[in-house]
Amino acid sequence: MADVAGVTMDEVLRVAELANLELTAEEVPRMRRDLSAILGYIAQLNELDTTGVPAMAQVGEVLGAEVKSTGASLREDAVRPSLDRAAVMASAPESDGRFFKVPKVIER
Amino acid sequence: MELGGMTIESVRAAIASGAATATAVAEEHYARIAAEDGPSGKGINSFLALSRERAMAQAAKIDAMAAKGEALPPLAGVPVGIKDVLTMKGSPATAGSKILQGYMPPYDATAVTRLEAAGAVLLGKLNCDEFAMGSSNENSAYGPVHNPRALDRVPGGSSGGSAAAVAAGFAVASLGSDTGGSIRQPAAFCGVVGVLPTYGRVSRFGLIAFASSLDRVGPFATNVRDAATMLSVIAGQDAKDATSSDRPVGDYVGALAKPVAGLRIGVPAEYFGEGLNAEIRAAIERALDGLRAAGCEVKTISLLHTKYAIPTYYVIATAEASANLSRFDGVRFGLRAAAENAGAQTLSAMYRETRDQGFGAEVKRRILLGTYALSAGYYDAYYRKAQQGRTLMTRDFLAAFAQVDAIIAPITPTPPWRLGEKTADPLQMYLEDIYSVAASLAGICGMCVPCGETKAGLPIGVQIMGPHFNEETMLRVALAIETAQS
Repeated sequence: MADVAGVTMDEVLRVAELANLELTAEEVPRMRRDLSAILGYIAQLNELDTTGVPAMAQVGEVLGAEVKSTGASLREDAVRPSLDRAAVMASAPESDGRFFKVPKVIER
Repeated sequence: MELGGMTIESVRAAIASGAATATAVAEEHYARIAAEDGPSGKGINSFLALSRERAMAQAAKIDAMAAKGEALPPLAGVPVGIKDVLTMKGSPATAGSKILQGYMPPYDATAVTRLEAAGAVLLGKLNCDEFAMGSSNENSAYGPVHNPRALDRVPGGSSGGSAAAVAAGFAVASLGSDTGGSIRQPAAFCGVVGVLPTYGRVSRFGLIAFASSLDRVGPFATNVRDAATMLSVIAGQDAKDATSSDRPVGDYVGALAKPVAGLRIGVPAEYFGEGLNAEIRAAIERALDGLRAAGCEVKTISLLHTKYAIPTYYVIATAEASANLSRFDGVRFGLRAAAENAGAQTLSAMYRETRDQGFGAEVKRRILLGTYALSAGYYDAYYRKAQQGRTLMTRDFLAAFAQVDAIIAPITPTPPWRLGEKTADPLQMYLEDIYSVAASLAGICGMCVPCGETKAGLPIGVQIMGPHFNEETMLRVALAIETAQS
């Protein structure tokens, strides 16, 4: 595991960019401090011997046959009505009723 | 009928016999909310929105059924509140966040649909930590909830409003969600019953996602029987949630009639270490004595990897949250940051400004942490390592449940603290989740039942954990503890 004592300002800014978050000048040092403390605590996972231990993404995986993981419990793939479009578009900040409107995508 | 002492069965029976109407019961609850929930009353701040029109229409429907002498459904006329991370058509859904301010979801969560089909009267939406991230309800963008049992104290979180509303008598029962303790911990802090069903037992459709492999929907009530009734209504497979299980739903209320004599109760040594408050420890010892007196065999067990539950949880939960919360970007719902110069604003700038204005500090912190753990170069060290730790913790529980039928443990290391006491240090706040996150990672069922109070009069709850899909045994043990209290 990486040395976490040194989460740098640049790393905070890089992660914020990946996450589409804009941090204020005051937020950056605070987040750096908090992330360093939390990652420092998380570093104790290093003590765990996980040799040969499978990674678990979902609870059903460890229950084997107890929960069907074969897809047998998935619903039939059939055409069925979805939500009313007008009701969905009404929630959008900006819409022409058919499409979501957004600011320009290409920067010049 | 006296407010506060109402149970699901007393409300239903009173409506069936004509002693009360669902309309009058709903009006009484709304009157109490109006008098006490706001700043001019006790300032509990549990409700974010009231769904009066929908509630009164449902109450009228139940009254019409009763007037015709029709058989009433199990929750007929029962006033219920819904945590604001669950969607209710016609009511706002904020998830406690500014980024969803003004959002009106066009559909009901499956648990909401099922409650209403069972006759429940849905009073409105309940306050919570923003996107269910928090242990004190102080992360809500709409102000903290105050603990009805001690107004200067936190109600717990993230389902603080759901626990407080039931404790204050604003609702007979409520729905919450639990990702790392968000039902069990506020139930303990407010002195009510809260149930974390097995992962896959209750549909997550309509639950605004925090960490999808951990998120669960479950009920709050004033007593174990009501919680069992609520669970039996909301449990079961749902075509709209592929992770919901097709296992048959148990007879949770019927199971309560079975005595607990002969059940093997495990007490994990790792949950009774140094950090546990002495009054909580003593209250749990008394609950264990009660179980022994009822004929249970109580034995010490070991859940070896407990120490690693918090680091494991905070990697997995934040990683999933960073992905789930990417959908809040100002395009399809909720807030969009207004550009100072709209013509010059670009899409990427709009995303960042919207998320900066819309998310609170804790949500940003968790998105950053999760993004960091998933980013190139760190994935194996953090995310994969935590997933392996999750396997080890789950194996601990599977091995334990080969020896015992249920596990008894604390839920919280301390009684409810004062508002503002722990907000400065996020890591200290995370450590409060030490006794609740392991059950979340393993997917087993768990619940809180009140088991006394501190000398200062603060509620104490005890946690009962059961094997995957064996809510019946867990509820029986909870009832035995509840019965021994009275």
